[in-house]
Amino acid sequence: MNEKAPWWVGILGWGTAFVIFLPILIIAITAFKTEQDAYSLSLLFKPTLQSFNEVFERSHYLGFVSNSVYVSLGSTIASLALAVPAAYSLAFFPGKRAQKILLWMLSTKMMPAVGVLIPIYLLAKTTLLLDSITGLIIIYTLINLPIAVWMAFTYFNEVPKEILEAARIDGANAWQEMLHLLLPTALPGLASTALLLVIFSWNEAFWSLNLSSVNAAPLTVFIASYSNPEGLFWAKLSAASLLAIAPILVLGWLAQKQLVRGMTFGAVK
Amino acid sequence: MNKTLTTAIAAAFVGLAGVASAATVTIATINNPDMIELQKLSKTFEQANPDIQLRWVTLEENVLRQRVTTDIATGSGQFDLMTIGAYEAPIWAAKNWLTPLDMPANYDVNDVIKTVRDGLSLKGKLYAVPFYAESSMTYYRKDLFDAKGLKMPEQPTWTDIQGFAEKLTDKAAGVYGICLRGQAGWGENMALVGTMVNTYGGRWFDQSWKPTIDTPEWKKAVTTYVDILGKYGPPGASANGFNENLVLFGSGKCAMWVDATVAAGMLYNGKESKVADKVAFAAAPQGTSPKGAHWLWMWSLAVPKSSKNQAAAQKFAAWATSKEYIALVAKDKGWASVPSGTRESTYANPEYQKAAPFASFVLSAINTANPTDATVQKVPYIGVQFATIPEFQSIGTVVGQNVAGALTGKLTIDQALKNSQASTERAMKQAGYLK
Repeated sequence: MNEKAPWWVGILGWGTAFVIFLPILIIAITAFKTEQDAYSLSLLFKPTLQSFNEVFERSHYLGFVSNSVYVSLGSTIASLALAVPAAYSLAFFPGKRAQKILLWMLSTKMMPAVGVLIPIYLLAKTTLLLDSITGLIIIYTLINLPIAVWMAFTYFNEVPKEILEAARIDGANAWQEMLHLLLPTALPGLASTALLLVIFSWNEAFWSLNLSSVNAAPLTVFIASYSNPEGLFWAKLSAASLLAIAPILVLGWLAQKQLVRGMTFGAVK
Repeated sequence: MNKTLTTAIAAAFVGLAGVASAATVTIATINNPDMIELQKLSKTFEQANPDIQLRWVTLEENVLRQRVTTDIATGSGQFDLMTIGAYEAPIWAAKNWLTPLDMPANYDVNDVIKTVRDGLSLKGKLYAVPFYAESSMTYYRKDLFDAKGLKMPEQPTWTDIQGFAEKLTDKAAGVYGICLRGQAGWGENMALVGTMVNTYGGRWFDQSWKPTIDTPEWKKAVTTYVDILGKYGPPGASANGFNENLVLFGSGKCAMWVDATVAAGMLYNGKESKVADKVAFAAAPQGTSPKGAHWLWMWSLAVPKSSKNQAAAQKFAAWATSKEYIALVAKDKGWASVPSGTRESTYANPEYQKAAPFASFVLSAINTANPTDATVQKVPYIGVQFATIPEFQSIGTVVGQNVAGALTGKLTIDQALKNSQASTERAMKQAGYLK
């Protein structure tokens, strides 16, 4: 594609990006307002760090951040460790039911989470995993597993089978095949899968709010403590939200190149 | 077993005993200014009670409700002290989920306002202690009333309000006659509409638990509500809850507002509102009867049966709702900011009366909001703006969605009431109240 895109494509692209970014921009602006100014959308105000100070004074921010980091990294590693072999087998040695298994995996995502809240809560209580990082890692791993398998499967599927056959003729066993051939070829794809899993776990709010209270509470619990129907808390809520998305935003920027490569990746593209 | 090992094990036990004696009380609470202040001042309690350590979990109201309900229903014991509302207290007490509270003699239980105390008791036993309580009232802009030569009666009727709203609406100047809750939800629009139904002589259920939403009383109440808010309210009123209306009224966009008494402290505070010197108040409007015209709500502290540190939790609950604590807040933030609606002694205090001109008014609103006698016809439930049965949350919210539908014009009022009656009947049948 060497031709220059028509002028309106650029405008459309920037316009869409701006609309998507707008909520974050509003949060960023509101975070520096006072509570009284927060409800007007006006850009004329005196910036203040008052909300940030109050947030830091009231909550142990770093405790929430470290819980978020442990939980999202832990669950991402666990998901990948399970998803990569599963996707490998589904992509290269598909049995009769491979398609059905894939669909079944996805079907577990179709049920609203609140439907299984009580059983899972009781399971967590019995296994002493309530309000524990391990408990959250297990839940997030299970939630993200279908997506991880699907994405890894798609990337593996695009690796031509002939390459593997050639390796096998050269005497490589399954393990070597995976380590020296498959993983390097599919690496950009897997990296973007990993990043997506980190983001999903970072933002997951339902289970973290319900299964953690003090010890394992991640940033979602931190944000939830700054909102209420009776009282003005927009500035503090925005400051808290900005603090909560900052780490993942930075990670996203750093990994942007990988992410784009992963999305458009393919051995024949 | 060698001696070192024995010593080590003994030491370990001593260590465990040491840990066990320092009780940790985990408190689930909401993010409102009163609770944030409590969290701040609780260091005083910890200093006086070094054997009790407090841990706080602050959550948004709806999240908190879901969280603590799951915990208490499964008996998980994650929390030792829970912040619960007027709706939960009697239901949970009846389910035997809460520990009855024995307050120390110097707590002076009789100083706690009676309607509030009754709302938190079951069969004469107190199951939660109130941290803050509210009723509802009418706020209005004195300057706008004066400019039109209008006078708000001390006890307005909804017909009065309708007339005022019509005269005061000046859309060109961006002033709307009235702001009311429009957002759908049992604690949002239905809190207000529920009081309107009461005061027009209606009720949620008859004595045999049959829903009565298709009655003329409901139609009168909902028609009045839709008419007033639809014609004279701000655009997009169906999205407005307490906060949105607080901002609208506080920035001078509404001539009247009927909502929680807790808003008084915010509207009279010049730092938070632009109409601090122009706001005045009256009782919540009435329809055809004075009964149930204003609501009663309180946030209170309760100790779940599943808590492992009940004694320590009760001790903190007693401290947090005591006279000493109220005096402590007054010293820290001034009398205008003390938790309102809980104790007679607060209202008897001349300093509080001076700081809060609305004090005696709020007290009488809370005193006369009687959850056990809020309807003209007899009802099998307790509660002014809700019915204390577990099914009410979802019933109230579905009806709230229908009422919001009527407000936006998506449904006619008749359709909204018919749908509500049908869905409530279905829910009550499923729950086994009706055959």
